[in-house]
Order: sequence, then C-alpha cells, then structure tokens
Amino acid sequence: MDTMAAIKQTFFQECEEQLVELESGLLALDAGTSEPDTINAVFRAVHSIKGGAGAFGLEQLVRFAHTFETSLDFVRSGKVAATRNILKTMLTAADMLADLVRLAREGAVGDDAEITRMAQQLETACGTSDHGAAAQPAAATPEEDDLDFTPIQVSLEDLFSSDPARQTYRVRFEPKPGFYARANEPLVLLRELTRLGEMRTTCDMSRLPTLAELDPEGAYLAWDVTLETDASESAIRDIFEFVEFDCEISIQAAEQTGPFDDDAYARLLSLAASDMRAALPDPVEPSLDKIAAEVQARNDEASARKVDAAKGFNPAGATIRVDLDRVERLIDLVGELVINQAMLSQRVAEARIARSSALAMGLDDLEQLSREIQDSVMAIRAQPVKPIFQRMSRVVREAADMTGKTVTLHCDGESTEVDKTVIERLTDPLTHMIRNAIDHGIEKPEARIAAGKPETGHIRLAAMHRSGRVVIEISDDGGGINRERVKAAAISKGLIEPDAQLSDEDIDNLIFLPGFSTASTVTDMSGRGVGMDVVKRSIQALGGRITISSTPGKGSAFVMSLPLTLAVLDGMIVSVAEETLIVPLTAIVETLKPSMTDIFHMGGDSRVIRIRDSFVPLIDIGHVLGYRSEMADPSHCVIVLIDLEGHARRALLVDGIQGQRQVVIKSLEANYRRVDGIAAATILGDGRVALILDVDAVVENADAKSTGVAADVILPEPEMVE
Amino acid sequence: MKKTILTVDDSRTMREMLKATLLGAGYEVLQAEDGVHGLEVLSGANPDVILTDINMPRMDGFGFIEGVRKDQRYRSVPILVLTTEGEPEKKDRARRAGATGWIVKPFDPEKLINAIRRLAA
Repeated sequence: MDTMAAIKQTFFQECEEQLVELESGLLALDAGTSEPDTINAVFRAVHSIKGGAGAFGLEQLVRFAHTFETSLDFVRSGKVAATRNILKTMLTAADMLADLVRLAREGAVGDDAEITRMAQQLETACGTSDHGAAAQPAAATPEEDDLDFTPIQVSLEDLFSSDPARQTYRVRFEPKPGFYARANEPLVLLRELTRLGEMRTTCDMSRLPTLAELDPEGAYLAWDVTLETDASESAIRDIFEFVEFDCEISIQAAEQTGPFDDDAYARLLSLAASDMRAALPDPVEPSLDKIAAEVQARNDEASARKVDAAKGFNPAGATIRVDLDRVERLIDLVGELVINQAMLSQRVAEARIARSSALAMGLDDLEQLSREIQDSVMAIRAQPVKPIFQRMSRVVREAADMTGKTVTLHCDGESTEVDKTVIERLTDPLTHMIRNAIDHGIEKPEARIAAGKPETGHIRLAAMHRSGRVVIEISDDGGGINRERVKAAAISKGLIEPDAQLSDEDIDNLIFLPGFSTASTVTDMSGRGVGMDVVKRSIQALGGRITISSTPGKGSAFVMSLPLTLAVLDGMIVSVAEETLIVPLTAIVETLKPSMTDIFHMGGDSRVIRIRDSFVPLIDIGHVLGYRSEMADPSHCVIVLIDLEGHARRALLVDGIQGQRQVVIKSLEANYRRVDGIAAATILGDGRVALILDVDAVVENADAKSTGVAADVILPEPEMVE
Repeated sequence: MKKTILTVDDSRTMREMLKATLLGAGYEVLQAEDGVHGLEVLSGANPDVILTDINMPRMDGFGFIEGVRKDQRYRSVPILVLTTEGEPEKKDRARRAGATGWIVKPFDPEKLINAIRRLAA
C-alpha cells in the first residue's frame, strides 16, 4: 500500500525530529532548566513516537516508549524529582529509543532482554515499577486492551454477518441535557439505528413543558424504537457508545414480528424529526466578541511565546518539505544561469561595448541578481549543525562511560548553517575526534584532581561562520598533546628521523600522519582502525582544512575550516600547456615566480625548489597530466605552493595564472567518467570547459613517478604567507 | 455535498494517516497542528465533525475543545477525541470540556469512519 509506505517514511522522519527534541529537552533539564514546557516537550516527543509506532504495529517500540513515557509522566507530574541520576538513565533510554527507531526503520527489532533491562532501570530510577508491566513483552499496553474499540469490532462482524436470526428489539432512548451540550444529535443516532434493520419510532413528548417553562438547553424528548434486525444487542449499544452517560437507554429483545409497512415507518420517522426540531435548544444570545477576544488573547500569548522561541532554536518554525532532487535540479539550473551570464558578460566585453552603456549596466545587474539567486538556492541546502552536534552528546556519553571519565559537552553556534552534504560527511570525523579527545585528551578524574582541575572534563564544540566558510572547533580541557610521546612514537614508527628538529607545531601535526597512534594498546574507543590521518583526509575531501593547537596541561583544540557548499568552489585559474585548469584555493599556500638558482635537480626527473629555508619537491602539472612530454622550463613558469596532508608541501609548476574566481562544480564522473588527477570540471565565462585539479591525486601520481625524493618528508615549515 | 472534517494533531504522521483515511472515505479534510492553530483554522471554516488529539503543544485538546464549545457557532459541531491515552479521568475531563466521543489510537480506519458517520449530521 503506497500511501502507507509514504506515511511510514514521514513517521520515521518525524521520529528523528522527536528524538532530537527529546535529547535536547533532557539535556536542558540536566542543565537545570525549570521551564515546564521542556518536560512537556520531552514527554510529547516520546508520546508521539509511541502513537505513530502503534499505528504501524511496531510493538517493541510501543512497549519501550510506553515505559519511558510512564517514567516521564512521573517527572512531569512532580511525583519524582528530575535528579541527575534519573536524567542520566533517561538519556541512556533516549539513546535506546533512537536505536529502536533506527532498527524499526530497517525492519529489524532490538534485543528484548536489553530492552527489558533498560525498562527496569527506568522503573527503578523513577519508582514506576508498579506501572511498568507494559515493559514485559507478554503484557498488553493499556491501549491494546482498551474497551473503547472492542465492542465496535463485534458490531462490524454482526453488521455483515449472514446470520438469518432476525430479532426484534425495543429501544428506549432518553437524552439528558449533557447529550446536547456535547453536540450529539438524536436524529443521527436514529438514522444509525435504521442502518441495522427495519425500524418504527415514536417520540415521547410527555415530559415537554409549556413554552414559558421550557429551558432552551434542556432535554425533554424521549424515543421508543422498535427495531427488527439481524444485528446483536451490542451492535445497537455501540451506536450509543459515546452517549452512554448522557442518556438513559434500555434495549430489550422482543418477540419476533412481521415486517411493517414502509409508509407508516416514514411517517413516524418524519414525525420524530419534527418533534426533535421543536425540542432542540434555541440559539442563545451570541457572545462572539467575547470568544474572539479570548482567542485573540491566547493567540497573542502564543505568538509571544513563539518570539521567545525564535530567539533560541525554533523547533516549530514554518517549513516546507521539498524533494532533494528538485533542489539539486534548481541548483544545477542556477549554476547554468551563472555560467551563461558570465559568458554573456564576456561576449559583451569582447564586443567593446562601453561599460557605461545601458547594456553593460543591465548585465551588471544581471550578474548581481544571478549571484543572489545562487546564494539563495545554496541556502536551501543549508542546514543547521544542531542535529549533528546533538548526536555528539551521545558520543560523549558513551565514550565517557567506556573510559570511566566524567565529561560534559558544551555546544556553541548550533544554528550555524552548512550545506547538507558537508554536514552528512562531518559525522564520522567529528565522532572520531571527540572519541579521541575523551580517550587521549581528558584525564581520569583522579589525575584531574591531582592537577588542580575540576573532576569533570569539558569538551566544547563550536561552529561559526568566518569569511565565507564555516569553522568548527573541538576543544578539550585535558592534558594536551604529550609531545615527548608523540615524537618518540613517530621515531619508533620510522615516520621521522631520530635527529629531526621539529617545532612544537610540527610535532602536534605528526598525529595527522598515516599510521600514527600514540596509544600503546588499541583501546576499544578511538582505536577502530582509523586515525587522525583519515579525519584529515575526509575534511580535505570536503575542501576543508584542519589545524591543531595544544597547550600541555591545558588541553587541545582542533579547528576545521570548511566550505559552505560543495556546489561552487573558489579556485585559481591557471594555464598549463595551452589548457586551462582550476586549482582549489583551499590547497594553495602561496604563488611565486621561481628563480633558477633555487631549483635543484635530484637525479632523474626529480627537482626541488628552495623556498626560503626549506626544499619542496617540484611537480610539473603539464608533464604529470600528459599534456607535454618535455619537462617545462621553470624560468618561464609560475610556482603554486600547495599544502598536503601531514603538512607536506609541493610546488606545482604552471605556465601562468589567469585569475581567481568562484566556479560552479560540474561532476566529471556523472557526465563522463572518473579521470585520475581531476576532481571535477567547470565551464568558464568564455564557454570553455576547465578541469578542476585533484591536488592530492596529482601529487600521488607525481610521487609514484619520481624516485622517492618526494616521499612524505616533514620539512621545516616556512612562514605562511596569506 | 461532501462533509468536512477538521483534524487537530501535532504529529505529522498522524495528520497524514487521518488525511489519507478521510479523503479515502470521501470527506473534505482540514488540518491543524495544535489547539491554537485548530481554533485559527476553525474560525474560517464550517466543519461537520472535528477530530482532535489531546497532548499537543501550545494548546492541548482540552483547551481546544473548550475553545470550540465557547463559540456559539460551533456548539453543535461533534468533537471526536483521538488519542493514545485511554485513562478514564482524561476521558471524563474531555467529556466535561464538551467532547462528543473518544477513540483510542492507533485507530482502525474503518472504525474511525463508522464513528464519524455516527456523529456527522
């Protein structure tokens, strides 16, 4: 059933939102908020997941959510105080709930024993064990055995049953005033009765007072119904299900009778209807103004609250959901538009039309507009980093538990927006770095106390926009990098020469080298086969950079700078052997005109260039990419100095630099095929296709061709020239 | 003429399920996300039956029902409460607020439609 499948998808999306809501609420409570809305929102999140799970028959999820909900209800109603201990248990329960949702999404179920254990923990912590029978797989939730439904089920069976046993019932139906106050309508109920069989109705008006004594809101009429039907008594009773407290009702089986004539029946029914109309309450003086004023007051109150919410994170902001494909298509089209506009501008420039002409000025406006459209479209893909930051609080909890350390996470700038893809690909590096920080950075509680620090370690995760990029910082107040150990480890692993002279910064950067790990034993935590080299590589794959700074005894900080989008790129346009290439600006340290005296041949094709006090391997791009067979003459070339992972550098030899600009990234893989050394392509203003260099791949190729001079050597770092 | 049903529920999943069920049964559907929104939507509409959840942000189902009943125009619109909670106290409170009927989620589409038919004049 297609619709159901689609709604199920919605349910899981909604679950994700509720889980975020749940976790942030619990964290807020843990931080000591006394805002009643917080516990209400937390309760509602679990309640909502339970409700949806019930609709899709996700039994295990319903069961666990129910236990969780019961505990939350105890806290909400003030039966138990939200102590640290209880909140800690609830956060773990939230993690389990998240796991169960994820499993359910994959069509799997969790381990019953584990769930029961967690449910018992919740019950013990909150003292809800009497109510926790629902946690047992065998027990039904109150919803499932609620009596509201079961009678209807019987009635449906009876309705369609072919049982020929026709029976006559006498039904006396006598509404009380509450019947009308709750918007019930006798005619509708009588009409329902006629669905069950043939019916005769008489209206009993004996209690009807004189007009002077008549209370417009009163109930004076009663109906006597003779119903000949195949349906059971319970089916009749079901019709009066909602009004059982608002009317006197008696149903008696009578002797079987023959069919009666339809005319009489119709007459009786219309009589009943007109009687009823007479008895229905007259409209009372409307007090619409009062209601309107009240609604207005509530609206004002609600919007005031909304303004408050907007100051922080607004969970119920006005949003629409759009298929990602549509956004991608729009981004693509806008990319084309920008390229087209650039081409147009270039043509106009070539036609030597005065810049002050109306045409040129119109084109300037067009350029401005295209840029704005592009920015706006990019903003559609942008998402706040909050969800991924929130996921990290779980990572912190788990890592802290596993290492026996106490650690709190503090997040800043959660509303900072970044491209969806960038966010998605940030999860793994962030997770790894946080695990690292807890495993290697934060000290054990005893060690912290001995060092005069608070027992609880602190990790700060911050995001901010800085000059068109997003900066994400992970810092801890742990012991900082133990440079002695790092250096010793690097030497013992043969990554550096024993007598290498390294600055503190160089030593810190050693941890980014492939195969580096200071932990003497592979711990359960960060030692999962990936090191900081993988983190660095994934950040670079996103067009980002990562730097580290560390102070012994005070802690370490990793700072990542990432592009806001993967759809455009800032690049330097260079010419190589008549071709135009783009070098991503993020990789470039500086450009310079080489002096022949600084270039040294190292045997074979290998050359290095001296840049201030270091030697950097020289790579002839044209040669590596096969544009020319001869090595270029550096005296006619320009050097583009680039930074690689592990702080290694290379000097790329290009024929000339045309300029620097933002280009729209076009996938080469999607439109042609993967080409080694090329990351993607773009279309320039003159309509030519230019290839975007995959710097790391080009260097790798060059290193493979050369005779080993260019192996990863850590060279003393020259001053950075920005 | 098609009958119009107003549903008030903060869960998107539930709204979509209700919408699919009610449209399938030939009803017009209006939807709101909480009590406050429900009153807003109501003020521009004339539903034949209202379905409402209880536990919602901003204004819960009880408040919403009271709000509806206070308005002379909507005194006689049947309100069916649709919620996961089945406790008698809550049921009673909803009744006192002016609810016409009560159905416990998860709902069976057929039963829901039957209940609505029993309420829609």
